[in-house]
Amino acid sequence: MPTHVIEVTGVTKQFILRHQRSMKEYAVALLTRKAVPRDTFNALDDVSLRISEGESVALLGFNGSGKSTLLKLISGVMQPDGGTVRTRGRVAGLIEVGAGFHPDLTGRENVFLNGAILGMSEAQITERFDQIVAFSEIEKFIDTEVKFYSSGMFLRLAFAVAVHSDPEVFLIDEILAVGDEPFQKKCLDRIEALKSEGRTLVIVSHDLDLVSRICERGVLLDKGHMVADGPAPDVVARMRGE
Amino acid sequence: MSDLGSLPLTRPGQGRGLLDVLDRRFLLKLIVRKELRVRYRGSVLGMAWTYVKPAVQFFVHFFAMGVIMAQRETVPNFAVYLFSGIVVMNFFGEGFLNATRSILWNAPLINKIYLPRELFPVASLWVSAVHFFPQFLVLLVAALVTGWQPTVTEVAAGVLGFVIVALLALGLGLLFGAVNVFFRDAENLVELIVMVATWASPVLYPWVLVYDNLPRWLWTVYMANPLTAAVQLFHYAFWYGTTGRPELLANGNAPMAPDLWQWAALATTVALAFVVVGQLVFKRLEGRFAQEL
Repeated sequence: MPTHVIEVTGVTKQFILRHQRSMKEYAVALLTRKAVPRDTFNALDDVSLRISEGESVALLGFNGSGKSTLLKLISGVMQPDGGTVRTRGRVAGLIEVGAGFHPDLTGRENVFLNGAILGMSEAQITERFDQIVAFSEIEKFIDTEVKFYSSGMFLRLAFAVAVHSDPEVFLIDEILAVGDEPFQKKCLDRIEALKSEGRTLVIVSHDLDLVSRICERGVLLDKGHMVADGPAPDVVARMRGE
Repeated sequence: MSDLGSLPLTRPGQGRGLLDVLDRRFLLKLIVRKELRVRYRGSVLGMAWTYVKPAVQFFVHFFAMGVIMAQRETVPNFAVYLFSGIVVMNFFGEGFLNATRSILWNAPLINKIYLPRELFPVASLWVSAVHFFPQFLVLLVAALVTGWQPTVTEVAAGVLGFVIVALLALGLGLLFGAVNVFFRDAENLVELIVMVATWASPVLYPWVLVYDNLPRWLWTVYMANPLTAAVQLFHYAFWYGTTGRPELLANGNAPMAPDLWQWAALATTVALAFVVVGQLVFKRLEGRFAQEL
């Protein structure tokens, strides 16, 4: 019996599209007894999913299907409106690499800041610092402020920190398009290595060929509903309407 | 990796609030360092601005209140009296305002990665404490030069005053910072509160004026303001000792308002209550931060 690391049970997430934002407008609405207009839509509707230790799962679906929302619920950035999400061990999101980077800090400072944001201790970052820099291939610029980096350098450093953050569960959102081809290959090798170490991966990407190569399991979402769960190549084929 | 099974299943994003901040001290330190760096990017004077601003503020107030309005004649060593109140208010104002804004400022991070969000108001408050320090040094030197010989109670009063202001700014910052995510009006309200606060405590004038000119119930309200207690604790700590600790001032007024320590105890309680309320409201609203930002 494998250990479940992610357990999503009957999760519903609703978004309110609210256009009015100030207290004045609320006061006016209150006085005129006109309810503040609320458009809601279900980003996720009764989704249940269990992911076991060591699995690599691709979350598939077209834009607006709720993939990224599900990833945010698993990472704890958002809370579900209904149902429960539970996780085991340290879950780190590579949700948009470089979210914690600050342009006015040097590469070195950003490695420490971002490492700490991703949950690493000071000792861990110090220990892996050289590895991270070597992986990013920007040794020469590590003490330069990040605002002077090219976008490729920036993403490489951000990705390097993220893949060295050592969590039990990796959540990856659309980041495999990092850098040039040799670097992309390096990233994929690193992800393969993480997989073979037995880490759990949950990947969101629109690159269907890529995810069906990396992931064993695919979960297809459509307008907030889970419509398929099976071997990744089968689910990708279904998604393409084959 | 095989020991994962021994870990419990937990609900992500449900932290222990301020207690989690204690576990992430290293990250807190880095965030504070970043804020300080970013605040003074591209400025020639850099951190020196933390001296320039209060210095100008001090001279304007000293001239207006001390010389023109002649407070200098009724309050001995008015410069130290004035400055000990100003540093308290600056710390409170900056801490409160920046803590309120901290959640919006860090929206890109809050949207993407789960961190104990209390980190951001706490870091803002810490930055304000860093800015408070040079001003405090100036005050300390001024007090010592004008003849202050510290006693244990006076130092304790200073420490308590600082703690009250820090707790109050943290509690209010958590409260308004969380509300600010939903209503950007909160920020403007806070600016208003900070502006009023300077006049709602005996910073620019002696307490006697309030005591003599307001009805008793309003005086009680005035004294119940935790900032009034904090300012008076600072007066007691850094100013009273420089005046020779008289029973009565030259004009026949008592230098310190009565029952200072009782009011200080009340202020500490109120400030702690604000931290509890702020934390509770913050926790309640936090779950919706990511989708609102």
